[in-house]
Amino acid sequence: MSLLTIDGVWKNYHGHSVLRGIDLSVEAHEVVCLIGASGSGKSTLLRCVNLLETVDDGTIHLDGQEITDVRADADDVRRRIGIVFQAFNLFPHMTVLDNITLAPRKVHGTGRERAEEEARELLGRFGLADKALAYPDRLSGGQQQRVAIIRALATRPRLMLLDEVTSALDPELVTEVLGIIRELKDTGMTMILTTHEMGFCREIADTVCFLDGGVLLERGTPEQVFTDPRQPRTREFLRSVLDARRL
Amino acid sequence: MTGSGDRNRATPADGGARTPGDGVASPAGGAAVPAGGGAHAPADGAAAAPGWVKSARQVERERLRRRRTARSGSIATASTVLVIVLLLWAFTASPGWPRVRETFFDPGQFVSALPDVLSGFLLNIKIFLIAEPLILVLGLLVALARNLRAPVFFPLRALAVAYTDVFRGVPTILIIYLVGFGLPALGLQGTPTDLATLGVIALTLSYGAYVAEVFRAGIDSVHPSQVAAARSLGLSHGKAMRYVVVPQAVRRVVPPLLNDFVSLQKDTALVATIGPLEALRQAQIHVASTFNYTPYLAAALLFIVLTIPMARFTDYLAARSQRRRGQ
Repeated sequence: MSLLTIDGVWKNYHGHSVLRGIDLSVEAHEVVCLIGASGSGKSTLLRCVNLLETVDDGTIHLDGQEITDVRADADDVRRRIGIVFQAFNLFPHMTVLDNITLAPRKVHGTGRERAEEEARELLGRFGLADKALAYPDRLSGGQQQRVAIIRALATRPRLMLLDEVTSALDPELVTEVLGIIRELKDTGMTMILTTHEMGFCREIADTVCFLDGGVLLERGTPEQVFTDPRQPRTREFLRSVLDARRL
Repeated sequence: MTGSGDRNRATPADGGARTPGDGVASPAGGAAVPAGGGAHAPADGAAAAPGWVKSARQVERERLRRRRTARSGSIATASTVLVIVLLLWAFTASPGWPRVRETFFDPGQFVSALPDVLSGFLLNIKIFLIAEPLILVLGLLVALARNLRAPVFFPLRALAVAYTDVFRGVPTILIIYLVGFGLPALGLQGTPTDLATLGVIALTLSYGAYVAEVFRAGIDSVHPSQVAAARSLGLSHGKAMRYVVVPQAVRRVVPPLLNDFVSLQKDTALVATIGPLEALRQAQIHVASTFNYTPYLAAALLFIVLTIPMARFTDYLAARSQRRRGQ
């Protein structure tokens, strides 16, 4: 059974459909990369999976449980899913350590000592050991995003959603964030990520999905989608991205 | 490094000739500067960096800037003095001035009324100090009640809306009358009869409505992405409010809250209308027995002495948060 199954999901805003019947299943330990132009529905799809948006039709199952059921406990579902946003969204009034331990302590009931110990271990693993007591505004964008990833990891999610996590970063800071995602893949974390970094997508993804106008147009291995796209629209998108890179 | 240090460092360049040797010989002992490096000196306000000797151009620039500052200082002083003189002249030249001086600025009356007014003023301070924390608690609770989502809490939410609507709409002095005369008239057991306590209750009810709106504005100003981040971590709506939204909101509304408290400090005088012996009431008693209004002036001065530091502190906090946002 798949870890996550998205089945015929629609999402409308103000009479305009952002998602038009998306079907997608994600196996445990699989890394799925969503690509597509801005406004193609990638971020909305992630927000639907995390129940930050309610779907207008279709179903989403996590571990066999229908999470789009109106009776489902949204807080419980979100406890099993970690999400990282483009804009980091760290809590500015808390230290790095408090940002990371908030959910383990207040949601999962872990004791402060144990939560902090685990947080420090994660910080150490990702090269941020000396930033535990810093406030977010003292960190670089790359460091803030790494903290945001650690914060999501600290709740031991079944699934991680990464929404354009490098888009707000200076080019030289992108590498450090991509490094942490690579490590996550090595630990077997199931991930869905949206990105504009095609090279990285090609390297890390098990499956690449191309979204266009709210429709999942093409799905395949990175090899197949990047070298031999079946859809003309995919070919056009990849060509324009490559052209932009060349400039 | 401090400004005086900057001036010391500039001395060698004052002579005009600038060679790398000057850098070595400068009092700050900075490293030698490559010739011409000084011409690209850091922007104004930058702390003296090692290896930087001010160029003659920069020294001249700073001299001009200082001169301009000094000039604006003297212009401001002159114009202030002129305005004060004109105002004083306008006052004292008015036909009624001798009478006003007699009834409002009588030193003898001032001295004889001050002890009573001052002792009354202590009651104002007491009312203020008791009402302030109560207002903060009430305001925050009402603001939070307006944010409750669960259907069970609908009556509470409706009550909170009704409360802010009513108590912001009724003049404070009316609330003081209604509470001061109406609450004891109810004759309920345990109803306070002490006039100052009734005043505190009235002020708390009136200001609580304003402060609730300030808190609500603060809560609304926290970006939705913060709530999204908290909820995505599995925090319930209540926990997201408690740990993420409210702490940020409270920090933001400190300056407007202090502004309300400056206003509260002087509105404690409104309690005089129901009779406790606070500053204004004491002044009224003196005025009634002497027909001289100087005690009012004494009371006014006491209120100013209390509110001005608070107002400056508010300015300081507002400026600080402005600076922080600018970072």
